[in-house]
Amino acid sequence: MSATSVLYDAPGARAKRRNILYTIVFLVVFALAAWWVLVQMADKNQLASEKWSPFVTDSEVWTTYLLPGLGETLKAAALSIVIALPFGALLGIGRLSDHSWVRVPVGAVVEFFRSIPVLLMMVFAAQAYAQFTNVSSDMRPLYAVVTGLVLYNASVIAEIVRAGILTLPNGQTDAAKAIGMRKGQTMAYVLLPQAVTAMLPALVSQLVVIVKDTALGGAILGLSELLSQNRTITANYGANTIATLVVIALIYIVLNFILTTFASWLEQRLRRGKKSTGAVLPDVNAGTYVGDGSGI
Amino acid sequence: MFEFLDSGQYDLLGAFWVTVQLTLYSAVGSLLWGTLLAGMRVSPVPLMRAFGTAYVNLVRNTPLTVVLVACSLGLGQTLQITLGGGDFESIGFRLAVLGLIAYTSTFVCEALRSGINTVPVGQAEAARALGLSFFQVLRLIVLPQAFRSVVAPLANVLIALTKNTTVAAAIGVAEASALMKTMIENESSALFAVFAVFAFGFVVLTLPTGLLLGWVSKRVAVKR
Repeated sequence: MSATSVLYDAPGARAKRRNILYTIVFLVVFALAAWWVLVQMADKNQLASEKWSPFVTDSEVWTTYLLPGLGETLKAAALSIVIALPFGALLGIGRLSDHSWVRVPVGAVVEFFRSIPVLLMMVFAAQAYAQFTNVSSDMRPLYAVVTGLVLYNASVIAEIVRAGILTLPNGQTDAAKAIGMRKGQTMAYVLLPQAVTAMLPALVSQLVVIVKDTALGGAILGLSELLSQNRTITANYGANTIATLVVIALIYIVLNFILTTFASWLEQRLRRGKKSTGAVLPDVNAGTYVGDGSGI
Repeated sequence: MFEFLDSGQYDLLGAFWVTVQLTLYSAVGSLLWGTLLAGMRVSPVPLMRAFGTAYVNLVRNTPLTVVLVACSLGLGQTLQITLGGGDFESIGFRLAVLGLIAYTSTFVCEALRSGINTVPVGQAEAARALGLSFFQVLRLIVLPQAFRSVVAPLANVLIALTKNTTVAAAIGVAEASALMKTMIENESSALFAVFAVFAFGFVVLTLPTGLLLGWVSKRVAVKR
C-alpha cells in the first residue's frame, strides 16, 4: 500500500523517526484506554474467570443456547433472501420496462420500501399477522421478521438487478435485436443470465446486511435468534453480560467475515472469468457503491 | 381513520424530534470519529493502520442491534457508565448516540478512504514534482478532489443513519419506532393508518436529504 499511496512517499530517515514517535504516542493512548476499560470491568467483577469460563468449559452453553440461536438467525436470513430474490428480480425488471404504467408504480414501490426503516415493516407485519391471520403466536416473530426483511431487501435487490442489467454493454441488446429476439426473450436469454453473474458479489454482501438485521427481530419482536440468547445465558450463568455479548458479537463477526470474504473471492473470480463480459457490480459494503446506503 | 392523531394521547412530533436529535448528534460524532479513523487507515504509521483496519472490520460486521444492546446492558447497566446523563431517559439517549457513532463511523471512514483512493496517484506525483510539500499536496491537490467525490457516499451514510436510529427502540429510547409499536398495539383498528403516518414521517426525513445531497454531489463531482 505504502508504495502507491497518494499521500506519502517511502519514508526517509527523519520520517522514520517521526513514525516511531507517533507509534509510541499511539501505543500510550491505546494502553491508557485499555487500562481504563479493564479497571472498570474489574471494578464490577466482570473479569472473574467464572464469568468467562462457561464458554470454554461448558458445552451446554453452546448446544442449548448459542447454536440454536445461530440456527434461528441463519434460518430467518436464508428464508428472507430466498423469498426476496424472485420479488427483487421482478421489481428490478419492472423498473426497466418500456411501459410507463409498469415502470412508474414499480419505481414508487421500490423507492418507498427503501426509504423507510426495516424495523417499521417488521413491527407492522407482526401486528398484521396477529390481526388478520391465524399464525400461531410462537411462529409470529419469525414470520414478521422475514416479511419485514423481504419487503426491504426485495427493493434493494431490485436496484441491484437494475444496476446489473444496466452495466451490460449495449451491444448485447443490439445483437439480440439483430437476430430477431423479442424484448422478453432478450431479457430472459441474454441480459438476465449475464446480469446474475455480475451481481452475485453484491447479493452475497446483501446477505451480510440481512444477517445483521435479524438481530432486530430478537431485540424487539422476541424472535429467539442469536442476540436474544444473551438474556437466557446471563440469567443462567451469573450475570456475565459482557462476556456473553462479546461471544455473541464474535459469532456474528466470524459469520459475516466469511460471507464478505466469499463475496470478494467471487468478485475476483468473476472479473478474471473469460465467459462473462467482465462487468461486475461493486461490493455494496466496500463503501464505493453509490446507492442508498443499503450496505449499512 | 386518522382520528388517533387528534386524541392528544400520543406525542408524534416529540417522538420524531428524538429521532432527529439522535440523527444529528450521531452524524456529527461519527463524522469526527470516522475522519479520525480514516486518517489512521491512510497514515504512514503501520500500528495506526492496523488499529483502524481492525476497528472498522470488527464493528462493521457486528449488527447495530448488538452494538446498542452492548452499550445499554454492558456499559450502562453493568459498568454503570452514565456519560453524564442524569435520569434513565437521558442516559439511554446518550448511550444510543455513543453506539450509533461507534457503528456509523466505520462507514464514514470507508467512504472517506474510498474518496482519497479515487484521486489518481499521478495527481500527487505531479504535485510533488512541482516541489509542493506533504501538507501542500494534501491541502491543495488531494483533499479538495477527495471531498468532492465523497458527498454521495456520505449522503447515503446519513440516510442509513436516519433509518438506523430506529434500532435505539431496542434499548428503550422513546423515538419514532418505539411510539409506533405502542400505537400499533393500542390502535389496532387503524393499523394501516399508523404505519402510513410513520412511513410518511421517515420519507419526509430521508427523501429531501437524498435529493439535496444528490444534487450537490452532481454539482461538485470531478469530471474525469
